[in-house]
Amino acid sequence: MSTDAISQKAPAAAAAAAKIRKAQQDPALVRWGLTFLALGVIGILVIIPVVNVFTVAFSHGVGVYFDNLFANKDTFHAIKLTLTVVPIAVAANLIFGISAAWAIARFSFPGRALLTALIDLPFAVSPVVAGLSFVLIFGLQGYLGPFLREDGYSAMPYLVSAFAALISGLVYFLLLPGNPNARTGIWRYPWAAAIAIAVITFAVLFFLQQYFQVWPKKESLKVIFAVPGLVLATAFVTFPFVARELIPTMEAVGSDEELAAVTLGASGWQMFWHVTIPNIKWGLAYGIILCNARAMGEFGAVYVVSGHIAGKTDTMPLRIEKLFQEFNLEGSYAVASVLTLLAIITLIIKTRLERKVPASATAPGPMKPNTNEEDL
Amino acid sequence: MSILINGVSKTFGSFKALDNVNLEVPDGSLLALLGPSGSGKTTLLRIIAGLEISDSGTVVHQNEDITHHPPRDRKVGFVFQHYALFRHMTVAENIGFGLRMRKVSKVKIEERVRELLHLIRLEGLGSRYPGQLSGGQRQRVALARSLAAQPRVLLLDEPFGALDAKVRQELRHWLRKLHKEIHVTSIFVTHDQEEALEVADKVVVMNEGRIEQTGTPEEVYDHPKTPFVYQFLGNVNLFHGRVHNGRAHIGDLEVEAPEHADAVHTPAVAYVRPHDFEISKTHNGGGSSWFEATIDQLLAVGPVARLDLKRPGSDEPIQAEISRDQYRDLDLSEGDKVFIRPRRLKLFAGEERPTGTQS
Repeated sequence: MSTDAISQKAPAAAAAAAKIRKAQQDPALVRWGLTFLALGVIGILVIIPVVNVFTVAFSHGVGVYFDNLFANKDTFHAIKLTLTVVPIAVAANLIFGISAAWAIARFSFPGRALLTALIDLPFAVSPVVAGLSFVLIFGLQGYLGPFLREDGYSAMPYLVSAFAALISGLVYFLLLPGNPNARTGIWRYPWAAAIAIAVITFAVLFFLQQYFQVWPKKESLKVIFAVPGLVLATAFVTFPFVARELIPTMEAVGSDEELAAVTLGASGWQMFWHVTIPNIKWGLAYGIILCNARAMGEFGAVYVVSGHIAGKTDTMPLRIEKLFQEFNLEGSYAVASVLTLLAIITLIIKTRLERKVPASATAPGPMKPNTNEEDL
Repeated sequence: MSILINGVSKTFGSFKALDNVNLEVPDGSLLALLGPSGSGKTTLLRIIAGLEISDSGTVVHQNEDITHHPPRDRKVGFVFQHYALFRHMTVAENIGFGLRMRKVSKVKIEERVRELLHLIRLEGLGSRYPGQLSGGQRQRVALARSLAAQPRVLLLDEPFGALDAKVRQELRHWLRKLHKEIHVTSIFVTHDQEEALEVADKVVVMNEGRIEQTGTPEEVYDHPKTPFVYQFLGNVNLFHGRVHNGRAHIGDLEVEAPEHADAVHTPAVAYVRPHDFEISKTHNGGGSSWFEATIDQLLAVGPVARLDLKRPGSDEPIQAEISRDQYRDLDLSEGDKVFIRPRRLKLFAGEERPTGTQS
């Protein structure tokens, strides 16, 4: 009897649940219509082209495919060039991104809003315009063009020495003891000492470079139509990614843990390494992945500054376009398939990371309290 | 003297968080900074910790001027309201963090961590992550972490603010006991007067960036120096009136005010705590200090009965508290007419402060 009652109750409950579900759902037509529309658009715009890339690339067999990639000297060079330019650009943006995110998330300073807006500038500006502006500065007819062409390398000793001087000054302040009582010897007058160290670094390095004639004389330093230009253009276009990803993460994590580390006796560097980085690592990884993906595929800005010299300044996207223009369809699609493959890998990593980013971004407050409140 | 704060001021933009604050914290004391939000209590705590730098004034710690020392050189332990435990480290790693940063040997760290886990009674949970602990446990871990490097001062910023009432109560007792055991000079910030009065052996009441009163819990509760302290510590009824030649006139009520003997028609405010009312059903002969009121609402749950009274011709409610026994003896019910008399009242002449909150 009792089992009967239960078995009768169960379907009744299920029916009630179904009713509730129905009440909260849109009509079937809307549900199916929207789903088919979404799937249809993705199928036509995304899936078919991607599948097509691989079909055409492999249409003459695997052997031809690999020949197209590695036997063709210019194509192989394009792959190598992309693999050189992209890491440099990503590394530069990593350093910039962390500093910018730190500044924006942790300090309030005049120009903070402006910096936040400027970080997004590369998203707003057309890459072609970005490329053109670099040509305008460094190109033959550009502001620095005549000088670079005449004796471009003569600027290098100054640049290298100035950079080293800046670094040495920064290192001085990083090592400066915080406690005023511990500031003896070279630590007594921080600003004077830092400037002195920077000046000495500059002078010594400058002298060494001149003495050993590190840089060629009276030679043209090529920025545009050369690798430096490619790096500049790629870095410019991809520079929002890391910072954009880190700012919300750092704001969500808050500075409490960092302050706790400092009161516990951690130095600035220790705090950064043991507390900040572990808290933002997934956001950071996510930013790097996106930055990397964008850098690999960058076409517009690179197109303008590279001059697309085959075997010299052609990157993978440029090479694809060139092969396509030459009616070398399989060759073009083979390179495209490599880029697509990289994109798919990026997507997979990105989806994995996305699951982890929110976990690290939870504020310290709402850390889920456990139910075992068996205190004391 | 452990900590000496001399004329410390701090402004954030146009907001004056601290205004020329002077404070002495004796060695080994457990001091509460009590005040409403925005009173500057947390700012003061952070200045002592070095997380904030004062605009002017000095902080002296055991005869050493530490005003410009960075936090890591101050040997303070700081406990945050939201624990601020390192979420990617285990409990043991959290507690040992300070020692690890100071390059203490592994063996010593392990020993100290074990000692502290015992102290906070979380032995066996060393390998858990903060996310796997309850709020009360987390706060105890945060406390152990701040004690690991043997700080000279322990600073706690609303340490029980994020916990629920029962755990808060338990932790209060535990903190009190712990302080007796280890006797480290401690300062804690709270906006909860009950917490301050219960835990601390010295209470500093702050308001609008200034210290209103410093004293033992009994002193500040029984002898408030300013109207603010009176209002902030416990419920209070407020009556406007005037003092003249040593007598205060509040409505029909007339009481002696010998401390204001030379006042001439000065506006005054009288404060009466709810439990300082005497209540009677009859006007038992006693002069002008009794006045009439009707019982508007009655709440008799727990050890005290709470009455909301109204005077005829006045909308301002009066809150009174009487013991359960007395309530039963008087046999009161809502709508009854009674006579009340303030047993004790505190008069502040010349104060025309806004009525403020009856917390």
